[in-house]
Amino acid sequence: MRKDVINTKDLEQHHLDSLDAYIDTLDKSRKEESLIPTLYKAQNLFGYLPHNLQWYIAQKLNLPSAHVNGVVSFYSFFSEKPLGKYTVSVCMGTACFVKGADKVLDRILKKTQTEPNEMSEDGKFTVKDVRCIGACGLAPVVTVNEKVYGNISAQQMEEIISQYQEEDND
Amino acid sequence: MINSLDALKQWKTDIIEKEKYRLELMICAGTSCISSDSDLLVEMMEKKIADNNLNAEINVVKTGCFGFCGQGPILKIEPDNVTYVRLKLKDVDAIFDKHIINGEKVYDLMYRNSDDEDPAESEAGMAFYQKQYRIALRNCGEINPERIEDYIKNDGYVALGNVLTQMSQDELITLIRDSSLRGRGGGGFPTGLKWQFTKASKSDEKYVICNADEGDPGAFMDRSILEGDPHTIIEAMVINGYAIGASNGLIYIRAEYGLATQRLFIALQQARENGFLGENIFGTDFDFDIEVKLGAGAFVCGEETALIHSMEGHRGEPSVKPPFPSEVGFRGKPSNVNNVETYANIPPIILKGSEWFKSVGTKHSKGTKVFALAGNIRNIGLVEVPMGTTFNEIIYDIGGGIPNGKDIKAVQIGGPSGGVITKEYLDTPIDYDSLQRVGAMMGSGGMIIMDEDSDMVEIAKFYLDFTQDESCGKCSPCRIGTKRMYEILDRLTQMEGTPHDLELLEQLGENIKTASLCGLGQSAPNPVLSTMKYFRNEYDDYAYRRKKTAYSIDGEKCIGCTKCKRVCPVDCIDGKVREIHVITESECIACGACFDACPVNAILKP
Repeated sequence: MRKDVINTKDLEQHHLDSLDAYIDTLDKSRKEESLIPTLYKAQNLFGYLPHNLQWYIAQKLNLPSAHVNGVVSFYSFFSEKPLGKYTVSVCMGTACFVKGADKVLDRILKKTQTEPNEMSEDGKFTVKDVRCIGACGLAPVVTVNEKVYGNISAQQMEEIISQYQEEDND
Repeated sequence: MINSLDALKQWKTDIIEKEKYRLELMICAGTSCISSDSDLLVEMMEKKIADNNLNAEINVVKTGCFGFCGQGPILKIEPDNVTYVRLKLKDVDAIFDKHIINGEKVYDLMYRNSDDEDPAESEAGMAFYQKQYRIALRNCGEINPERIEDYIKNDGYVALGNVLTQMSQDELITLIRDSSLRGRGGGGFPTGLKWQFTKASKSDEKYVICNADEGDPGAFMDRSILEGDPHTIIEAMVINGYAIGASNGLIYIRAEYGLATQRLFIALQQARENGFLGENIFGTDFDFDIEVKLGAGAFVCGEETALIHSMEGHRGEPSVKPPFPSEVGFRGKPSNVNNVETYANIPPIILKGSEWFKSVGTKHSKGTKVFALAGNIRNIGLVEVPMGTTFNEIIYDIGGGIPNGKDIKAVQIGGPSGGVITKEYLDTPIDYDSLQRVGAMMGSGGMIIMDEDSDMVEIAKFYLDFTQDESCGKCSPCRIGTKRMYEILDRLTQMEGTPHDLELLEQLGENIKTASLCGLGQSAPNPVLSTMKYFRNEYDDYAYRRKKTAYSIDGEKCIGCTKCKRVCPVDCIDGKVREIHVITESECIACGACFDACPVNAILKP
């Protein structure tokens, strides 16, 4: 086992305490079924699921850590990398796609100088292409954290990203 | 606690007696309308009403989706039967002062079928609603999904009461079988038969599972039903539990559906408080409860065996059938999996009978289907039509046709598993069998309209990108095959392909269809094979590298206004004022900004 994986010192203790308390409320006879809810809770507390946190959860639930990592890497909701302050999600549903969402995404990536799903160097943005969010009436749609921008053009989106960039510099 | 049918009827009478308002304002609070600030609209309207001490006579109802998402936010005023569309926050004053206080209708805020027609006062006058027939969506837009009283007012839980107190399990299953209801999630398996199989499996424990893992890009009917009418799903699941002899239900819902999940939790709580879930429902010895399981973002989990594995805490990978979930399902016990829209049909069938349900639709496909209409179409939204309605009726009568004076090229139906319907086939009636005959499938109900500008190879590549990304990796035909198909399509669109690639695509596609383990792989090549069948010339253009990818300017028409030059994002247009402009084709990214900006149609498409 690699040392950095089993070293959980950098994980904040009060979050680990909350996680322990949550795990205690779950049905112990069904530890496998408890895994996905536990991962939800952990991602909620820590923001993402680094390898040592996955290892910690595996120990707590008495599951192989390979199984935990297999589940984490399977589902797109779980992230093994830290996220930027703003998560910019570009809907790539079909309705958005035929209305030019791919061009909007390209422009955002260029403007934030990032790759999809990678945090920008300054830690401000993570840009994602996401599955249909079901707001097809507003296509193409982009969300920045919880805020929804509908009927958006590449040009407008560039201006919106600028606003977020400037806001952060204040 | 409601412990008999009489108590339920009395409750309904009491609610109607108690809640008498001069006006009721129904404001859509679905995801799409909330994105256009409908929640602020509700707040402002409620404040106005409170400030004027009108709370006793005016009621604001936050409803689920009206379906006409392209016109949101929508406000309907009852009993005046007036609908206002595309509301802005500033419109609150006009509606309040004129309509609510003085009873004058605000015609400027009404919908018009076309610019030269008079405004349509109500849904009856809107072409969008005229050919629709609502069974599954019957309560969406009519009730507040967060109040069980609203559901009770519309005969909520009466079907459950009838079933538990008056019908045997077999009578119930016979009724559902007689209705000819088929699964609405894509497979189209007869629902009554599925219930019968699960009932026939002997076990100490059985499960009822609602599949709310709606993942087709462009389909959002299940979410709208859960957001707009969650109690219907709960009621139908309890009925399903009684039919097969299960006392536990599970709803597997997509993690991204926050609002739907939240409303579901509220509805479950209300159902428990009033005795529709829990022990001795309707005073009988039948017990049932429902648990919610959150998905974590994996398209393949819509496949029932994958969904069950995901609920058990594993990677959502499908397994070989048989055994079917009706024999070996969740926790190894017999499980009945039905989709949200299928469940939404159950209470009306019980209340109105199988003959009524069979009177809607075609010979082999009964009832209605909900479609999410989107893409290059005037009226975007959710539509529910009787089976047998034609594409023409949906696109032109309900959908209002193609915007910007363009012509239609194709309709994509069935999402990443489906295929395209071309112009020649638009008079095809939409039912399970007719669609199969023209090489498409019903799917879960995404319907994307594409205009003449759509590049079919790019569309096929888009779907393949989706399926190869969502392939779970368990079987190699799907895992490796879809990846290779995507690479070939990518090569073609980069102008680096050869005619031989087209043969490879066809061969690979057929092999993946035959050899894959589950529905995802077996249907993944469909978007490619069906576009290759109908739009071979577009594939040839790429394969023989004669496709033009840059815009150009017609020198005869250009007036030198500089508008195109100013909007070009990559600065590849040169020219001075009142001189002919030129596009450097090697630098053009074909974004189309110049085309839209040109006032004299001098820009030529690739």
